[in-house]
Amino acid sequence: MSAAPVALPRWADNALVPLVSAAAALLVAGLVVVGIGENPLEATALLLRGALGSAEGIGFTLYYATNFIFTGLAVAVAFHAGLFNIGGEGQATIAGIGAALACAALSAMPGFLSAAGFLAAPVAILAAAAGGAAYAFIPGWLQAKRGSHVVITTIMLNFVAAALAVYLLREIIGRTGSMQPETPDFPAQVLLTPMHRLLAPLGVRLPATPLNTAFLLALLALVAVWLLIWRTRLGYAIRTVGANPRAAAYAGISPAAVTMIAMAISGALAGGLAVNEALGVQHRLVLDFTAGYGFVGIAVALMGRGHPVGVGLAALLFGVLYQGGAELSFDKPTITRDMVVVIGGVLILFAGALDGLFRKLVAGVLGRGGMG
Amino acid sequence: MNLLQTIAVVLDSTVRLSIPLICAAMAGLWSEKAGVVDIGLEGKMLIAAFAAAVAAHVSGSAWAGLGAGILASVALALLHGFAAITWRGNQIVSGVAVNMLAAGLAVVLGNAWYGQGGRTPPLDGAARFGELALPFAQGARTHVPGLGLIYDEVISGHAAPAYLAFACVLATAFLLKRTRFGLRIRAVGENPAAVDAAGISVAGLRYAAVAICGLLCGLGGTYLAVAQSAGFLPQMTAGRGFIALAAVIFANWRPWRALGACLLFGLLDAVAIRLQGVSLPGIGLVPVEAIQALPYLMTIVLLAGFIGKATPPKASGTPYVKER
Repeated sequence: MSAAPVALPRWADNALVPLVSAAAALLVAGLVVVGIGENPLEATALLLRGALGSAEGIGFTLYYATNFIFTGLAVAVAFHAGLFNIGGEGQATIAGIGAALACAALSAMPGFLSAAGFLAAPVAILAAAAGGAAYAFIPGWLQAKRGSHVVITTIMLNFVAAALAVYLLREIIGRTGSMQPETPDFPAQVLLTPMHRLLAPLGVRLPATPLNTAFLLALLALVAVWLLIWRTRLGYAIRTVGANPRAAAYAGISPAAVTMIAMAISGALAGGLAVNEALGVQHRLVLDFTAGYGFVGIAVALMGRGHPVGVGLAALLFGVLYQGGAELSFDKPTITRDMVVVIGGVLILFAGALDGLFRKLVAGVLGRGGMG
Repeated sequence: MNLLQTIAVVLDSTVRLSIPLICAAMAGLWSEKAGVVDIGLEGKMLIAAFAAAVAAHVSGSAWAGLGAGILASVALALLHGFAAITWRGNQIVSGVAVNMLAAGLAVVLGNAWYGQGGRTPPLDGAARFGELALPFAQGARTHVPGLGLIYDEVISGHAAPAYLAFACVLATAFLLKRTRFGLRIRAVGENPAAVDAAGISVAGLRYAAVAICGLLCGLGGTYLAVAQSAGFLPQMTAGRGFIALAAVIFANWRPWRALGACLLFGLLDAVAIRLQGVSLPGIGLVPVEAIQALPYLMTIVLLAGFIGKATPPKASGTPYVKER
């Protein structure tokens, strides 16, 4: 990112600026709602009620938030190393293929499944993470060793992954005799438990929602990334390379190695999207399951300032917008859920590219630095 | 159908499929030559396609569609400029924002106005760019064997924006290479401090380049919705903005080579469509996806320096900070 033009107290920089830019982004969305002739206050009320007004709504909201936590963390970890990973979509796609291959292999071993079925889900999750990591390692390696810009290669690899997925799902791992490009159903042992079933023995009655144990994995990932970035030697190396690769090299840290490792971790986190969607909800691999979550992850990471707490809150915001948006489009068919994509875009602009403008605005309000 | 005719048909669809790529590649060239990286070509083409389809539908004029398409695209381009030039924001981040904003806005507005999931109503008659028959096309086909057929099938019979696109390549190459303005644009992408020292506005030049980029994306997007198709479809750019970006890199930031790269990628697309479901002797069913992935793979290989070397303008991607 560009050098900070104005000095702000830390709380303002980390909390106030993202909040102001998020509010401004929602304001823009409100203007779009006005522009298509609807009442934005009514729309907001419907959206909030849809997302948070019932246990079912909250379940769906957290299920969407799970996806955004993974893709947001993926972008954030790469950011800390000074890398912009736009390849979350492609990495999640390959992660899904990895999980599907693991499931196909497990299906061929009924003996293993019946003897050690409890190992099946971890194997599939690791396969997904490995797929995502491997696919992100390629641009990491190309950046570190061949100097190709990671932004361009990850964009290109998104399209390569999409083409590969179409081919594999149609010709190799697809369901035979099906017109849909999708795999056969995964064996029951690899599937993640839905939350309402997990909590039922404890006496907690929840309505059936797609929310599953992948949500707990996502929370774990938030903690793990915090530990990694701020409490380990590797995290220190990542942050140093991100801040100044030459200084890092001078301090005995290899920027090339850190670049490749950070990209691989980033890709593994993006693989969490495949875990939630394929192993947790759809129980098979379908084409285009990534559905733009990877790109929204960029907005999540930017708004969350790359910090797990911020990423978690931003993911929750987008979960609310996704679930509430779906409910809203039921009541108001003129407002489709693509409004969330608009908000995501505006937020990336405000919290990312126009960061300097918003910092200056906040500084002006706080009476430091002033306007102009 | 004999071989010559097959070749003519494939080349014809190559030209058709290349037009949006050519527009977007020239657009990317202007922006990057001036030092502003633009991965938002895709979004600008998409919003242009949408605006053009709506305007053409409302007014009944394809040319009004072109005007609206260019306006919408230039507006997004200036937004990118505002973030990247005035506020020295991260240009990649801004490009991603432009792409998402366009993809969301087109569908939201299209659905609100027409209620067809983002599609716009079909265009016909004067609301769509028709095929222009060049002079003597029909005569040449019957009287000149071989070349006449190529002239009629491949060179003649495209919509007006297609010919405009080729004119834009000529104009881009000429302006960048042979004029004072072009020299300054190139200078501001290589060494903005020198341009500034010469008393010329770095921001002014970059804004000009970004606006030209918007104009060209507008032409490409309009061609997609109002000439190639008869209306707007969500996600109709389908990665063309990124293939154009690949073409610019592949061409090492040179206009004529970029044209060649776009035609090559267009040919790959045309061949892939032609080979869909075709079984070739020795190969079997052709994996069309492999051909579709080829432009991206070729760019990755090139960027990695395995064949040739890609050298972008020196100052591209870095905001200019005046020395104090």
